[in-house]
Amino acid sequence: MNFVLSILFSSFAVIVVVLIPWIGVGALDLRILFGIIIPYAAMATFIVGIVVRVIDWSRSPVPFRIPTTAGQEWSFPWIKSNPIDNPKGTGGVVIRMIFEVLTFRSLFRNTRLEYRRIDGVPKIDYEWEKWLWVAALLFHYSFLVIVLRHFRFFTEPVPGFVTLLQNLDGFMQMGAAPFNGFGLPGVYLTDMLLMAAVTWLLLRRILYSQMRYVSLPADYFPLFLIIALGFSGMLMRYLFRVDVTSVKELAIGLFKFSPVSPEGIGVIFYIHLFILCVLIAYFPFSKLMHLAGIFLSPTRNLANNSRFVRHVNPWNYPVQTHTYDEYEDEFRDKMIEAGLPVEKQAESTADTEEKE
Amino acid sequence: MVDTPKPAETAKIDHYPSLFEKGWMNQKVEIRPGIYCYGSKPKNLEYVGMPYPKEWNPSDEDWQLPENWKEIIEEGFKDRLDKFRSLKLFMDICVRCGACADKCHFFIGSGDPKNMPVMRAELLRSVYRKNHTIGGKILGPFAGARELTEDVLKEWWYYLYQCTECRRCSLFCPYGIDTAEVTIIGRELTNLLGLNPDWIAAPVANCYRTGNHLGIQPHAFKDMLEFFTDEIEDLTGIRMEQDFNRKGAEVLFVTPSGDVFADPGTFTCMGYMMLFHYLKEQGLDITWSTYASEGGNFGYFTSHEMAKRLNAKMYAEAKRLGVKWILGGECGHMWRVVNQYMETFNGPPDFLEEPVSPITGTKFENATATKMVHIIEFTADLMKHNKLKLDPSRNDHLKVTFHDSCNTARGMGFLEEPRYVIKNVCNNFYEMPPETIREQTFCCGSGSGLNAGENMELRMRGGLPRANAVKYVHEKHDVNMLACICAIDRAVLPNAMEYWVPGVDVTGIHEMVANALVFDGEKKRTTDLRAEPLPGMEDEEDV
Repeated sequence: MNFVLSILFSSFAVIVVVLIPWIGVGALDLRILFGIIIPYAAMATFIVGIVVRVIDWSRSPVPFRIPTTAGQEWSFPWIKSNPIDNPKGTGGVVIRMIFEVLTFRSLFRNTRLEYRRIDGVPKIDYEWEKWLWVAALLFHYSFLVIVLRHFRFFTEPVPGFVTLLQNLDGFMQMGAAPFNGFGLPGVYLTDMLLMAAVTWLLLRRILYSQMRYVSLPADYFPLFLIIALGFSGMLMRYLFRVDVTSVKELAIGLFKFSPVSPEGIGVIFYIHLFILCVLIAYFPFSKLMHLAGIFLSPTRNLANNSRFVRHVNPWNYPVQTHTYDEYEDEFRDKMIEAGLPVEKQAESTADTEEKE
Repeated sequence: MVDTPKPAETAKIDHYPSLFEKGWMNQKVEIRPGIYCYGSKPKNLEYVGMPYPKEWNPSDEDWQLPENWKEIIEEGFKDRLDKFRSLKLFMDICVRCGACADKCHFFIGSGDPKNMPVMRAELLRSVYRKNHTIGGKILGPFAGARELTEDVLKEWWYYLYQCTECRRCSLFCPYGIDTAEVTIIGRELTNLLGLNPDWIAAPVANCYRTGNHLGIQPHAFKDMLEFFTDEIEDLTGIRMEQDFNRKGAEVLFVTPSGDVFADPGTFTCMGYMMLFHYLKEQGLDITWSTYASEGGNFGYFTSHEMAKRLNAKMYAEAKRLGVKWILGGECGHMWRVVNQYMETFNGPPDFLEEPVSPITGTKFENATATKMVHIIEFTADLMKHNKLKLDPSRNDHLKVTFHDSCNTARGMGFLEEPRYVIKNVCNNFYEMPPETIREQTFCCGSGSGLNAGENMELRMRGGLPRANAVKYVHEKHDVNMLACICAIDRAVLPNAMEYWVPGVDVTGIHEMVANALVFDGEKKRTTDLRAEPLPGMEDEEDV
């Protein structure tokens, strides 16, 4: 499968995802299906799926303690150890994991290979490259803020931190032309950042030949899906306004398990909602599970202490070894001749003497 | 054996796959001479009871697979998914972000896109998806899944034996996906069908039988060390006899057999011997073993089980001899195994005591479970307590840089101790650029059992990033000696240096320690351990 086919296949899949609610609600008015049944089903798939996957991972044991050590180990008191990148106990591991999960510390190390040849002689450099880290961080945090901002649709009264977040997010761009001049609501910074980061993540996949080589449809599909999700959300906010009161009525109904299906919400909302449903239902079956997986990663979540704290392999089994006795039996004569100590003397000295 | 291309030829590397690739799944693997190692000889598999021994050559069309080979692999894969959370997780969570892509020395040195760590794992993942995921079963290639075929198996084999399990990629992976883990388990699968390179299988068989990879029998082992004793006597005028298989000694010493066998490791070995003799009067009671005469573990490049089988004799011998603890020599993967596997494999060694230095009284707090101390730690502690009389100027003819071995760096975090020892015994020490040392260190390019002769092109390609960093300090600071704490490094880096950076030699750290070590009553030293004149002694006749 080359990249063109991968992209065509994934974008086609996303187009279908957009068309389904468009037809389903726009033409067939299946509001209950798209507003209630599918969201519940997707949410259930999301939660059950993740739980099942995590349980499935946990069922496989961790036979060996194999952290990737990224700094000086704990040894003598006079040697400064690096307790975060090479933790000796749980405390260090927790800090390492916090850094890993919240700041993408490993990705921050990234460098870019610069390979040149000068008069046929190779010259290799490792250049500064933080763009992937920047894009990843912007993408994930913008996504988080956007999700949190959406709490204003499911909660009544709206929690203070949501309003605060919303104000902060909107404040940054308030009055920033040209949007306001056209009578549009304040632009959210995170909307812009998310779209920018996602676009960059997509572009690097297509433009960097190494990335193009490794990318699968499963890499393009979630990106296209998220772009469609963001785009439909922004269209709704900035262009085709929907009745926010009705949306909120629907959302709160869903969350209180007394679903209602208010009339008069534009199709664009159902498209947005359906894309989200597909994304979360797809989540447990996809690479997006890295969200949960990182917490279980044995090269990150274990302490480098197996020299001083016993680690037990639950399936450890006895193996056949070549014992010292077998070894000595084979080499005894040579050992005696070389003056090496042996456990048993040669079997019959008489025989040896006879031969001589 | 094919001729290895010239460096200028090897250096023509393109890291950018062309725009319209037909997709990696559609490219059949080409098994190129100079890259692969020869197939295992049947006798080496038979000796240790590995399945399906046969005469085979990886370049053959027919690999003489058993009829049910596919079943064997699929069963084996499933079994390992249930046994290793690492494997299961690493099959599932990669997002192909590409952070690892240009971190692998084999990719840097070859430009072969399937040497990008992500791809090495994808070769297995694609089959995993086909057999173990819903999407893969339904959507096939659209979900990145493919059927396991003979060509796929060959592709696995070709690339699993182009990975040195150095874990540099795992350092950069945002989820800590460790290609070494994938390679280790992938190699286990190939071994279910008897597909090991002979360069791994033969040392394994040797080690099982004679106690060491090189197949040195007990009397010969003793002979070799006695030869070194003579050499040391020539150098110092002191006879430094060693003990073998001696019961009741306090400490058992285990080092890779490469140190006993070939230059420049032999000089490191002489270094250990001189240090032991030096400390004898201060109370070091130590013995070598001809049975546990191998610290390295080529079993680790075969399967977890074989690693455990070969590793077992360290504790077994320590128990038989009744020692209190074990001292380990300078070796890379040996220490990965000792640090992260040994106690779990074959512990607890409750017949041993928590190691304490008999000279300084220092308790090695970080080795209280394994009861095994690294000789560099041991020596660093001696130096810290001023127990060694050293004359670092004897190493003034050396301008030294230090190559962190991948295993001790990323599988242990053993970074400062070796530097401390080096700085105590030599006056000219220069670091290579930070992206190429410590936790970011590059592999020698020949680790994990790939240090054969027939794959020299691969080794030189894999050694390029390390050599390039050495070249930098060679040109900037006139560095002429590359120090390391790994027997495979000592065996293979001389080739890589000669190929890429002529004028740089390779040494173990204890060779430099022994050069600097001042013995009471020794004769005036005019040369170093290599019989090369010491600075200022160029004109002296060696009597």
